[in-house]
Amino acid sequence: MRKFKEAIIEKSLLASALVTILVTLGIILVLSFEAVNFFREVPIIDFLTDTQWTPLFSDKHFGILPLLSGTLLTSFIAIAFAVPVGLSISIYISEYAPKSFRRTIKPALELLAAVPTVVYGFFALTVVTPFLQTFIPGLSGFNSLSAGLVMGIMIIPFVSSLSEDALHAVPNSLREAAYGMGSTKLQNSFRVLVPAASSGIIVSIILAISRAIGETMIVAIAAGQQPRLTFDPTVPVETITTYIVQVSLGDVQHGSLEYRTIFAAGITLFIFTFLLNTISYRIRKKFQEKYE
Amino acid sequence: MSKKEKGIVIDKSIKRKHKLETKGVKVFYDDFMAIKGIDMTIKANKVTAFIGPSGCGKSTFLRLFNRMNDYVDGFRLEGEVRIDGENIYKKKINVEQLRKQVGMVFQKPNPFPKSIFENVAYGLRIQGINDKRYLSEKVEDSLKQVALWDEVKDDLNKSAIALSGGQQQRLCIARTLAVEPSIILMDEPTSALDPLSTAKIEELIYELKEKYSIVIVTHNMQQAGRISDYTAFFYLGELIEYDRTKKLFTNPEKQQTENYITGRFG
Amino acid sequence: MNNIRKNRLKDQIFRGWGIACTLLGLVLLAIFIGSILIDGLQRIDWDFITSLPSRNAENAGIYTALMGSIWILVLTTIISLPLGIAAAIYLEEYSKKNRFSSILEVNISNLAGVPSIIYGLLGLEIFVRILEMGASVLAGSFTLALLILPIVIVSTRESIKAVPKSIRDASYALGASKWQTVSMQLLPASFGGILTGVILALSRAVGETAPLIVIGALAYVPFAPSSPMDEFTVMPIQIFNWISRPQAGFEVNAAAAIIMLLLITFIMNGIAVYFRNKWQKKLK
Repeated sequence: MRKFKEAIIEKSLLASALVTILVTLGIILVLSFEAVNFFREVPIIDFLTDTQWTPLFSDKHFGILPLLSGTLLTSFIAIAFAVPVGLSISIYISEYAPKSFRRTIKPALELLAAVPTVVYGFFALTVVTPFLQTFIPGLSGFNSLSAGLVMGIMIIPFVSSLSEDALHAVPNSLREAAYGMGSTKLQNSFRVLVPAASSGIIVSIILAISRAIGETMIVAIAAGQQPRLTFDPTVPVETITTYIVQVSLGDVQHGSLEYRTIFAAGITLFIFTFLLNTISYRIRKKFQEKYE
Repeated sequence: MSKKEKGIVIDKSIKRKHKLETKGVKVFYDDFMAIKGIDMTIKANKVTAFIGPSGCGKSTFLRLFNRMNDYVDGFRLEGEVRIDGENIYKKKINVEQLRKQVGMVFQKPNPFPKSIFENVAYGLRIQGINDKRYLSEKVEDSLKQVALWDEVKDDLNKSAIALSGGQQQRLCIARTLAVEPSIILMDEPTSALDPLSTAKIEELIYELKEKYSIVIVTHNMQQAGRISDYTAFFYLGELIEYDRTKKLFTNPEKQQTENYITGRFG
Repeated sequence: MNNIRKNRLKDQIFRGWGIACTLLGLVLLAIFIGSILIDGLQRIDWDFITSLPSRNAENAGIYTALMGSIWILVLTTIISLPLGIAAAIYLEEYSKKNRFSSILEVNISNLAGVPSIIYGLLGLEIFVRILEMGASVLAGSFTLALLILPIVIVSTRESIKAVPKSIRDASYALGASKWQTVSMQLLPASFGGILTGVILALSRAVGETAPLIVIGALAYVPFAPSSPMDEFTVMPIQIFNWISRPQAGFEVNAAAAIIMLLLITFIMNGIAVYFRNKWQKKLK
């Protein structure tokens, strides 16, 4: 009897774990089902090469490039800001700061990632953009610069926290060796510790990129809703995520081509983040083995 | 090197004569007193061995001479540590400069995860020396000094991690020699090695004392007997006895020393 | 100046730079919270909390959004908690190290990195359309429950893993079955850690906007939901809606609502940190 009960419990626990597989399958099936319907009507070549994205206008174009460029531009700005800052923070906290400071500052920084993104969007639109406009006169009210920078603030803790963990995990004997040779902390950090922790740091950067590409509300609020194939950070653009929000807010008929566009956009986004996540997972596994 | 440099001033003519001295040295880790007041003078161009049971403070004492204890939480020093008469704990001392002069070899081989070449060249590179020819010469020279050159000369660009433990330790010594220190501190350099590698390192130490003052911490009394000119016996943070190695091992003055070297404790 | 002194100087410069970077994010956050407090604090009063939405900025309140968020919070907890903890127990205590378990691991790690808006698309097709829930609180809760599932699983596993092996050994040695060991020893011992992870995951759910917009949650809902099948709005959507409006009055409303949302988020984070510290002390 007891054996029977144990078996039932194990099976139901297993079933819960299998739900996660179902979620992944669900995502892949839903996205590809609607995307396949989409590509029946829109040739995939047009989707990949057309430089205009105007599914909601009468002259319809379905080129993903403008949305992709918007996504990459905002993400690039965010990463270009967050990686140097986040990495500097991680080195400072791990090698320079007193231990007590480390204990208080890490949770404080992680608070930055806990702020809801819609709040960051408001910050970008009402504080950062007006501030930047005071010395960039041509800056539009919606722009990728301000959205990207604020997104950068949001992902700082992703970079700093994971990189700090990686630096912290470097064996102390290497630190001693470098100091013993007369290295300054800076030389020790950049010549010995950062290379030794490189896989962990790379993982943190990849996760940050993946996070930036999938971020929605900051760009939807502050970067604008105008699909445009440009790398000018001062003008409004539209990201893949913003487009999905824009369509969802409107009144689009289920089963229509417009409805399917959001799944075509969604699968593009999913493929990008899936690749990034897979790469980071691989590196992380390899990295764990190295130290075990 | 200019006289204005706030490190240890080395006059080339007396380069090979460096004396280590401590005056009333006490070391605290928070409230715990690890070294309880030691006066000691270590002679230049000799090998001096520190022996004593675990936790007697010999490693802590060794690490005073290149200020590696500075990174330990709660570390505090009283008294003076002098190299050639200069207190190395005074404010003006440039720690990086000091460590260039006082090299250190650690208990476990700790090569950087870089190529063999870059490991040896590291100390020069951080001083801003990047001249390829000079570096190559220095690397070859240092590797020859530790008798590793023939074993690795074709693999200089391979990772140092791939070397055996004994090779790694000799590489770490070569890395230290490359910056031309005058004093080398060794913290149980053979404790993680097999007997054959240990023998090679001991031979090396014997050769190196021509040019360097060497201080070595060891757990192994036979080793101390084989390689050192002077031996210091530490116990519970105190320097119990310090004499010529032969004298200390054959005819110690103190009962505690005799007990330790005859294996009655520790 | 020789090289060693140059290196020292560079070292000092980097130290300053490091401090500046570390404080940068926090200073920006402080500036931001300060400016929002200035904008929105005067707007917060009992009426603001208890009023229904309105086209008129001065009369509009967050009552329906607040109620919607509470509904979502409760239902999401009910759905994700048992599922996440059960899955974590399976992975940590039951599954053997084989191909299947490594697939599960890769999969969960990947799910944690899927953008939230993709979960919205999933919810839209599965819950709203196929299961015909419509844009209801229930559909929203299911969507968010799946979104936070990987976080709940990962943090629960870590808490269970932190329980000393000696406790397992002692329990098995007394003849306890696997489930008895899990339910009577491991879960109570890891409770604090699990709670921390769950609260952090829920605080993320409270702030989520995009997936709920995608499943069709409305910006304007005249009544608070009274059953899981009712339509709803939540605080972040209400904020987004007010931000999108041109009239200045709504910007003040948005700021006021943000204060409320941040208050909820920070309180939840604070509680989580409190439980974590308490639990870590106990575990030692």
